[in-house]
Amino acid sequence: MLEVRDLSVSYGRHRAVESVSASVGANEIVVMLGANGAGKSTLLRAIGGLTPPHAGTVTMNGADITRRAAHEIVAAGIALIPEDRGIFADLTVHENLRLAAYLPRARAQEARNLDRVLALFPQLAERRRQTVRTMSGGERQMVAIGRALMSAPSILMLDEPSLGLSPLLCSELFRSLVQIRETGVGILLVEQNARQSLAIADRGYLLDNGRIVGADSAQALASDAKVQRAYLGGV
Amino acid sequence: MHDGASPTPALRIEAVSRRFGGLVAVDGVSLEMAPNQVLGLIGPNGSGKTTMINLISGALKPSGGTIRLYGADVTGAGATVIARLGVARTFQIVRMLPSLTVLENVAAGGVFGHRRFWGAELHARTYDVLRRVGLDRAADSPVEALTYIDQKRVELARALIADPKLLLLDEWLAGLNHTELTTGIALIEALRREGRTIVVVEHVMGAIRALCDRCVVMMGGSKIAEGTPSEVLAHPEVIRAYLGDAHA
Repeated sequence: MLEVRDLSVSYGRHRAVESVSASVGANEIVVMLGANGAGKSTLLRAIGGLTPPHAGTVTMNGADITRRAAHEIVAAGIALIPEDRGIFADLTVHENLRLAAYLPRARAQEARNLDRVLALFPQLAERRRQTVRTMSGGERQMVAIGRALMSAPSILMLDEPSLGLSPLLCSELFRSLVQIRETGVGILLVEQNARQSLAIADRGYLLDNGRIVGADSAQALASDAKVQRAYLGGV
Repeated sequence: MHDGASPTPALRIEAVSRRFGGLVAVDGVSLEMAPNQVLGLIGPNGSGKTTMINLISGALKPSGGTIRLYGADVTGAGATVIARLGVARTFQIVRMLPSLTVLENVAAGGVFGHRRFWGAELHARTYDVLRRVGLDRAADSPVEALTYIDQKRVELARALIADPKLLLLDEWLAGLNHTELTTGIALIEALRREGRTIVVVEHVMGAIRALCDRCVVMMGGSKIAEGTPSEVLAHPEVIRAYLGDAHA
């Protein structure tokens, strides 16, 4: 479904992403592991139309969407939840969710998608009229994921969604990603929590200095000695 | 109030509360820290941990209760006064001076602490703390160009340049991978060995176990448990409300 081929992204003379090829299908969770600064966020931003790549292609269901504007990428069915979550803090939960359903396709399914989001995160139903600014980190992450789902995406990209969440909320977050996969959405997940993300993922890539240095099933990665040393240590 | 034998606590908080309109974010919390201790402040999202940090650092004034730093009553004192007493903090959501370089962001912290630095000394100290957090090579980069994690390193450098006696770290280790986490924990340990008193707000339980002498667990604005890391992490209510069954 989502196909990235030989994608390179530079900031000035610094090459942040170097010739990366990767794919995400429907019904699968793909995790991108790598140190901070490896290029993971840049890759998501390049796919999402926020940072233009200088070489390579991004296709969605065969259609070339390389260098399209961010809103056109969303229209093509790809939603990005950035690391800072990017929600509108002065709006209510309900307003944030409704805003994301601005595409004709999403507007047509708005009621159904809203029901789905509220079933996934029942806390949001209780807090529909609350201003997001007054909510905790975990609740804000639910709003961010809920808002992305309101755009009726086929591919959901998440940049470090577990950041700042308590252990309990972290487990709930990963469970909700599994539920989202069951609805047919493909998920591209960037996470430092390698243990929990590999436990729910189908496949994974290892990114180092902007390059893919490994790709395998999540199970194989989790039992790989090198991965265990670098990403799954004791702490 | 203490007998002459025990040292003056670095921090003593008695029945502190903070309301936001009808919401009670912190509800009658008391805690005490001896100098050179590392205290873990843990609890679910929204339990009042960051509000506690804001109260201690003077960013917020308490609605009730008292706060003492090294014996002096600082209840209601502003952030500048508290900083001059030797308290520095980092923010969970980074607060950069976006148009300035890394060096300039960090140097700015050197003129507001209990010791103030200018000129050549400020410059030398800025490089010192940048080296400690691993950012000396990025000194002249615009801070906007840094990754989120490097911006958090700038936050810590900016707190350290003031040579704080009491350091408040609000989720400073969040978002680090395993290798970076090991380095981060070693850095906090080194800061304690220098005699600093440190409060860490963290969700990374490995770090809490490795670093903290004691933990205070908050929930819904109240303190629900207190003790060593292994004591509080085995507490049934802490497991139920915070850690979840996977950690039981």
